[in-house]
Amino acid sequence: MTQNTKRLRYVAKRLLQALPIILAIVILNFFLLQLAEGDAVDVLAGEAGSATPEYMAELRAKFGLDQPLLVQLGVYLWNVIQLDLGYSFRHEMPVSELIFDRMFATALLMVSTIIIAVGFGILLGLFAATGLNTWRDTAISIASLIFYATPLFWVGLMLIVVFSINWGWFPTSGMETIAEFNEGWDRVWDIAHHLVLPTITLSLFYLALYTRLMRASMLEQAGQDYVTTARAKGVTERRIVFVHVLRNALLPVVTMAGVQVGALIGGSVIVESVFAWPGLGSLAFESLRSRDLNLLLGIFLLSAILVVAVNLVVDIIYSTLDPRIEVS
Amino acid sequence: MKKPLLDIQNLHVALPEGSQRPYAVRDASMTLHQNEILCVVGESGSGKSLTARAVMGLLPRPHVHIAKGAIDFQGEDLATVSDARMREIRGSEISMIFQEPMTALNPVMTIGRQIDEVFRFHRAMTSKKRREQAIKLLDDVHLPDPDKIVDAHPHELSGGQRQRAMIAMALALDPKILIADEPTTALDVTTQAQILKLIKEMQEAHNTGVLFITHDFGVVADIADKVVVMQGGEVVETGTADAILNHPQHPYTRDLIRAVPSLTPRPPRNRNVEPVLKVENLDKVFGGGRSFFGFGAEARKVHAVQDVSFEVRRGETLGIVGESGSGKSTVARCIVRLIDADSGRILLEDTDLRPLGRAALRPWRAKIQMVFQDPFASLNPRRKVGAIISQGLRLMGRSAKEAEGRTRELLDIVGLDERAYDRFPHEFSGGQRQRIGIARALALDPEVLVADEPVSALDVSIQAQILTLLDEIRDRMNLTMVFITHDLRVAAQVCDQLVVMRYGQVVEAGLTGEIFANPKHSYTQELLGAVPGKHWDPQATALSA
Amino acid sequence: MSDFWKRFARNRQAIFGLSILGVVIVMAATAQFMFPADPFSLAGRSMSPPGENGFLLGSDSLGRDVAAGIAHGAKTSLFIGLVATLVAVFIGVIMGALAGYYGGWIDDILMRTTEMFQTIPSFVFAILLVAIMKPSIESIIVAIAVVSWPAVARLVRGEFLSLRNREFVQACHTVGMSDVRIMLGEILPNCLSPIIVIGSLMVATAILIESGLAFLGLGDPNIMSWGFQIGAGRTLLRSAWWICTFPGIAILLTVLAINLVGEGLNDALNPRLRERS
Repeated sequence: MTQNTKRLRYVAKRLLQALPIILAIVILNFFLLQLAEGDAVDVLAGEAGSATPEYMAELRAKFGLDQPLLVQLGVYLWNVIQLDLGYSFRHEMPVSELIFDRMFATALLMVSTIIIAVGFGILLGLFAATGLNTWRDTAISIASLIFYATPLFWVGLMLIVVFSINWGWFPTSGMETIAEFNEGWDRVWDIAHHLVLPTITLSLFYLALYTRLMRASMLEQAGQDYVTTARAKGVTERRIVFVHVLRNALLPVVTMAGVQVGALIGGSVIVESVFAWPGLGSLAFESLRSRDLNLLLGIFLLSAILVVAVNLVVDIIYSTLDPRIEVS
Repeated sequence: MKKPLLDIQNLHVALPEGSQRPYAVRDASMTLHQNEILCVVGESGSGKSLTARAVMGLLPRPHVHIAKGAIDFQGEDLATVSDARMREIRGSEISMIFQEPMTALNPVMTIGRQIDEVFRFHRAMTSKKRREQAIKLLDDVHLPDPDKIVDAHPHELSGGQRQRAMIAMALALDPKILIADEPTTALDVTTQAQILKLIKEMQEAHNTGVLFITHDFGVVADIADKVVVMQGGEVVETGTADAILNHPQHPYTRDLIRAVPSLTPRPPRNRNVEPVLKVENLDKVFGGGRSFFGFGAEARKVHAVQDVSFEVRRGETLGIVGESGSGKSTVARCIVRLIDADSGRILLEDTDLRPLGRAALRPWRAKIQMVFQDPFASLNPRRKVGAIISQGLRLMGRSAKEAEGRTRELLDIVGLDERAYDRFPHEFSGGQRQRIGIARALALDPEVLVADEPVSALDVSIQAQILTLLDEIRDRMNLTMVFITHDLRVAAQVCDQLVVMRYGQVVEAGLTGEIFANPKHSYTQELLGAVPGKHWDPQATALSA
Repeated sequence: MSDFWKRFARNRQAIFGLSILGVVIVMAATAQFMFPADPFSLAGRSMSPPGENGFLLGSDSLGRDVAAGIAHGAKTSLFIGLVATLVAVFIGVIMGALAGYYGGWIDDILMRTTEMFQTIPSFVFAILLVAIMKPSIESIIVAIAVVSWPAVARLVRGEFLSLRNREFVQACHTVGMSDVRIMLGEILPNCLSPIIVIGSLMVATAILIESGLAFLGLGDPNIMSWGFQIGAGRTLLRSAWWICTFPGIAILLTVLAINLVGEGLNDALNPRLRERS
């Protein structure tokens, strides 16, 4: 079997393993919905101001809420498969539509954050590990320790105070200056300008995380036997670091990058609410304020699926880095 | 006389401050000539490996470094040569192979690319030429399908194949010196024999000087031209292979050689007729289940033990010998019910232990006890020795006082100071820990003692002591023993009967003397033929010395 | 034990962390005496900058004392961090121990569950749980524990998995020791160090999660917390920077201190790892 078919089978296997997890999350979602006080009818009744118990019972029958739990679960599953995540009575829109409207903004923020956090994390970790116990190692280690301990929302607020309020370099909120009706490259530039502070805010913690991980991983790999072998072959120290150690040291970092995507989505709720970034995070924040649980659960479900998808991509990347992937 | 290739004079390798001793290697001198295999022999902590690494400039600097002395390699002093020059020498003029071929190869790089690096750093060659060369090298070390192996990753090869690939890599540029640091210790005995043969063959074909580090006198007897014996960082004796092996002068060398078990089985003893333990048609399959939700692929099935039967008579030692993966340890664990066998019978005094449940098994537990292989993993580091030995007695309902008394007695029986009672395991050496493990197994007055490779983690001199202790105990307590080992020398000295296993099956069984004198099965013959140093009898040397 | 302290004390970073943590603990313990009034109550002129009108760290738009909020918030952070971690460690150790020791279907279910929890964005999950249960100190603790235990379970499972096949454990089986006794008496003491280390680092994470929840308005409305202070002050960023700044520094220092202590524990409890780097 060639390396490629092996890799394909590995990815297919991972995909297959992801399905039960998604199913479990959907079911969990359903029960969380049940746990919440009041159902859609209560919400509707509340909106209307007053409703007779008869009318509410009628509505429940209409929505199938008087059915046994298992039947309701079946209906819910079927709806989810059809991408019907319910209705947001606050926004008077289907949840799925609301979510898709906001997806792009969040994706943009996440992708730029992942690139910066993972990319610079690897570079800084490498830089620190190659200069072990020198001033640059110390400086990088101390900085990553501090950022590792800083709450995201506070970093965002402090960046706003310094860069937006005091110096006026970057806008304080939003994704674009709507009043200017920019088009084409102007619009891209405008969005990029807005993107800077949220991305830095969301990146710093993860940058610190990957830097620390990369440094530790490099140091661990540098002590392995194969490094001695390479040295015994007369390979230069430079090549040992950049060819032998680096690729092995990247493996745990790539794994971690996949694991951390979920946490990144959590962080984006905070960052988006700080910068009023019009993505899923601020949508979640709004739904929290208005107690729109249907919407919150929809976002929750979608973000979980997003994590599964990203993890698959990470698995593919991992399989190109590590020939030892299991196929059986 | 010709000038030596390598001339090590008064080498001192310093350890970091605060270590147990100031020098790992102290005032060591030795010479290696062209077309010669020099074996450096010693037990753990003798400094043999660090001597080799000092030559290669691979000491873990700055903590460990050359403090004094010279390593003359064709007029250059490797102790003082520049890093850049050392890099040129490494891989092209002096190269090295290691003990663990799995960890010594980069797991994410193909074999071909790892060999390729040697050419890239020392020769100007086109990449096509380099690849051709790599394939030729793999062919030279008799790897099957070199065209495929050149693109394989290390995990796709077996242990022996990996070591061959390592040798191909080391010999790529026809170095003048090959340093081999215990290159066969991690391998099975039949693979070891093949690798030793290969090293010898390559050395003769290329006139290489080989510095061979080993702890095994059998290996020395097979390949050495000259021998250096080291102890505690110092060279105690140097000489030709014949002189050292057959006429050792230094008392330490003599002790070491005396401790090597002879391959000639000891004379048979009078046999008891009463069988104590009978194993009938034992079977065990590992794996085969599917993981949760049925989504996981079916786990690979391994038929670890297949239709194994034998019986042991009172006071006898039955040896189960085989290489890794033969299922010998699984059999041992099935007998003491650490693993549940799938079918078959384990008869102890005519009671079948296999189907017994936890409660029903309890009274039988005491009758059949085990001694484990790894003296460091077999004692709970958080418990005192007294508690470790007496825990079985306490569980069986003896009073604390009674248990303590018996434990102190046992410490005496296994040759440990009574003060050991209140100490933790980490305060003891490997041999002493193994004595503690034996005391624990004896605490419940067992009928049968199952010993799983009890001496294979120990240095040869300690090994001899433990074997003597086991012998004494067996006679004193009229114990019946099942002794698992991969080492035929040990088996020859300890076992009355032998069972030879391969791939989970018994290929041959019988009295030890008969099997050694007249092996019937081809695998047994192969196994006996592969024992290192089979033409040399250490006991004859010990008697003559 | 004395060896452990010697190793720990040699680590300057850990000692630094321990001293900051000591200050925070003292602050939390003495909050009632230093600032006996309710931290939510009006204490003087609103919007006073630090150092003015008797406010060391200024006051907010309702005239609440920022310093008093920080002192009382220390109690909240430490309490929630500690209790949530204890609950998570308790659940995680039980689940991990059972899965690692018995393997088979118990292990299968646990591993799928942890995988699911790794897939679920944990902070979003915590938000959801608190939103559904209504914000209160109990619901916050439950939410943090629910999203934190899988990490402990994975760690403990791994330790049990490798220790259960260790020969000293097998030796216990050969004398017929019971499973519970082997798990509690033989295996668990041997994996205490990694549990202590992960536990101490989890306290820091728990404090970060708690502050994030409070910042989003999901804190217990009756209890002062640092996240709440920052959330309440964010609209006044232009005019009163101090309301957000000082509680943030408090979070930063506390979390940093706990992380440093955790790493110090790691180095001191696993001396072999230390030698390598």
